[in-house]
Amino acid sequence: MSKDNQVLEEFTSKEYEHGWTIDLESDSAPKGLNEDIIRFISAKKSEPEWLLEWRLKAYRHWTTMKEPKWPNVHYPEINFQDIIYYSAPKQKVVPKSLDEVDPELIATFKKLGISLTEQKRLTGIAVDAVIDSVSVATTFKEKLGELGIIFCSFSEAVREHPELVKKYLGSVVPPNDNYYAALNSAVFTDGSFCYIPKGVKCPMELSTYFRINAANTGQFERTLIVAEEASYVSYLEGCTAPMRDENQLHAAVVELYAMKSAEIKYSTVQNWYPGDKNGKGGIYNFVTKRGICAGDHSKISWTQVETGSSITWKYPSCILKGDYSSGEFYSVAVTNNYQQADTGTKMIHIGKHTRSRIVSKGISAGKSQNSYRGQVHILKRAENARNFSQCDSLLMGDQCGAHTFPYIDVENKSAHVEHEATTSKIGEDQIFYCQQRGIDEEAAVALIVNGYAKEVLKQLPMEFAVEAQKLLALTLEGSVG
Amino acid sequence: MSVTTEKKNFTQELIASFDLSKFKQDSEQRKKALAAFQSLGLPEGKSEEYKFTPITKLLAKQFKAEELYTSPTPAVSDVSALIPKAFQENCVVFVNGVYNPALSQLAAGSKVVIKPFQEAMATHASVISEKLNEIKDNNDPFALLNAAMWQDGLFIHVPKNTSGEKPLFIYHLHDANASKVTSHTRLMVVVEQSAEFSIVERTDSLGKNTIFNTINEEILVDENASFSYCKIQNDSGDLIHVSNTTVHQKKSSRADTYTFSLDGKLIRNNLNIIIDGEGCESHFYGLYLTDGDTLVDNHTVVDHKQPNSFSNELYKGLMDGKSKGVFNGKIFVRPHAQKTNAFQSNRNILLSDDATINTKPQLEIWADDVKCSHGCTTGQLDDEALFYLQSRGIPKATAKAMLLYAFAGEVLEAIKDENLKQYIDSIVSERLHKSF
Repeated sequence: MSKDNQVLEEFTSKEYEHGWTIDLESDSAPKGLNEDIIRFISAKKSEPEWLLEWRLKAYRHWTTMKEPKWPNVHYPEINFQDIIYYSAPKQKVVPKSLDEVDPELIATFKKLGISLTEQKRLTGIAVDAVIDSVSVATTFKEKLGELGIIFCSFSEAVREHPELVKKYLGSVVPPNDNYYAALNSAVFTDGSFCYIPKGVKCPMELSTYFRINAANTGQFERTLIVAEEASYVSYLEGCTAPMRDENQLHAAVVELYAMKSAEIKYSTVQNWYPGDKNGKGGIYNFVTKRGICAGDHSKISWTQVETGSSITWKYPSCILKGDYSSGEFYSVAVTNNYQQADTGTKMIHIGKHTRSRIVSKGISAGKSQNSYRGQVHILKRAENARNFSQCDSLLMGDQCGAHTFPYIDVENKSAHVEHEATTSKIGEDQIFYCQQRGIDEEAAVALIVNGYAKEVLKQLPMEFAVEAQKLLALTLEGSVG
Repeated sequence: MSVTTEKKNFTQELIASFDLSKFKQDSEQRKKALAAFQSLGLPEGKSEEYKFTPITKLLAKQFKAEELYTSPTPAVSDVSALIPKAFQENCVVFVNGVYNPALSQLAAGSKVVIKPFQEAMATHASVISEKLNEIKDNNDPFALLNAAMWQDGLFIHVPKNTSGEKPLFIYHLHDANASKVTSHTRLMVVVEQSAEFSIVERTDSLGKNTIFNTINEEILVDENASFSYCKIQNDSGDLIHVSNTTVHQKKSSRADTYTFSLDGKLIRNNLNIIIDGEGCESHFYGLYLTDGDTLVDNHTVVDHKQPNSFSNELYKGLMDGKSKGVFNGKIFVRPHAQKTNAFQSNRNILLSDDATINTKPQLEIWADDVKCSHGCTTGQLDDEALFYLQSRGIPKATAKAMLLYAFAGEVLEAIKDENLKQYIDSIVSERLHKSF
């Protein structure tokens, strides 16, 4: 076996690190989905009447919809009645500060490497942690509060800031947008809410950790970020789940709303359990993420490192409505074993002089299938719009597949749209060149993969880049120090 | 009545109005195709393959169901003025989809068999059935429609080691002066081992009534053979055209295809290239210059099934007026087709505020040791280049035509046959100068 095959072999046989479970006593709804379950969830969370109505409307619409079949992924039909839609770690009272949080929970996060208290001291990132369906802790709230920034769990936002939630909820991803968005709108249990007031630059990275812990549950969280005029926020999201033989569903919705001259940077390191070597178990990650650049000169930037999930179905998109607004999408998607990913972005250019940039890097190994699916749509009134897209695929091994489905629709003659895609494996000449310079084969593979993904990784905030590199180092395992 | 039921009914009516008993030959094949068409139906608005091409809507608007497979054949006495001199010695003429022996003239002493399809089914039955088995079924609804309803066609057989033959010019003329016209034509080309052959095909129309025309082309290029195929679509009339071309390439063969679409109401070209042997080379080029409310839709597929082959695709488009361009290019590289090199490029220029382009280059790769890439751009003419020419005293209109001609030039340059190059060059230049 040649050395780079060994590297591949090691990567392919590498076990999932976050596969443990912790016995957290949880409070769950019965399996299945109907209007009563939705009422149950809503009552559990002491929600106002309008939100219950909103959920029910979404649910009724969902029942009329069909599961989308167009993605390039294959999986057995999901039985939506076999899922627990609400599961919360049991807590006697709502914790006021971190000291009151269940020590088991704290231990959970320690294991994840995001000790909430340590995080607070050392890195200065505000974290909102969501286990199963409920947000369990949010750090740094008071400090952010001084600047007028609201960063809290979604349920809290519904209680404390109903006017904001009511105004923006569903404004970017309407409840009837697609099958999974409708499902999420009906049953979403928690998530994060973030509001940056006018002119405020958020001084620290905001971050959410999602964790599915209980068995048979689905996780349906919702994130809503509103950035007022001339504000700035950088937001991080990370996710893990235990190893279980059955597939679990994760259907989240993320909405970003950027006003005039505001900037939102949203980074994800997605590491849901991808299933075992034989493709058993793993998370179905069916997520709707969309941001709107509502005001002129606003900017939304998505960065994602996708390494987990047995199936990923996710298209973080930008609606570029304001003139001179810009959207960015940087993605590294790694699939291995029997993982399937169908991911990409949509850039909808509505405003004049709007710009967008797409850089997508796919790496497929094992028997996995990795697809890029994206759309660049220049509408008629979008004068002088500009887009550049690049989507590259790297194949490792001869049993995986890489696919590209870019849609480019231009209705304005002044648009400049460029798209390029390549598919290749690591070139023998590239390895030879490195070897010739005294770099051994393993290190050469590591170097090349690293360089290949660098354009995206460098977009991540420093704190996250470390984690992402660690994750990606799975690929490079055994070859770097 | 809802839109969907209307469309369904249109498919139903179409099938109901079709009388299989009229066709004595090939009835089993027709039945099979009709059944497949029935289950598929005409493409609806949401159909992925016809997403931007509302052909069913247009057909339902223009035609009654029973008009879609039959029409009278008028007498046309002379077409010599319409056929370029260089190709007059070896040409076949179809009028409203029916082979016209009086207007056709075949080169004397040629080894190549060129026969109306009906006739060839009797004389070359074994070759046809053997080769048809090798060619993959086409599941496009219009390919199936054609397979069920074709009226006439051509069978071309190029025997082993044939070379130096004159190119064959196939001229499809539709005379829609008197009434609407529908025609379904079928073409089969077998280029045997180490043979060389080339075909130039042109569609043309007279009159202003609507024409609906489908052409199915099944082309088999055997080992070491070389084949070149050029399509010129420049119908001034109200033409709705769907062509389905399948090129099946065997070991070490070479195929070059060129598609020039200049005019018509709605043109849809499905070009499928199947690389079923090692060491193949395939080049396909396209140029679409649209204006008015023309819609040109090119769907190309190159399917690399065997290792060590090369494919290169270049499609360029200039859209003016309210015209629409649609491009979809698929590259498949199957699991063991290692060492494949596949390249694709699609470039577009929008010339007016109302022109649009929808393009979707698509790569699907299941083999790792390959080099595949696609690139796609959309833009407008470079203002600086235009200014440069104007500053040298060249009038704006001429300068513009020069730049556009240069843009199209990359495709024209790829044509190897000098006569053909000149012929197409004259059509393209005339067209570009007419526009500005």
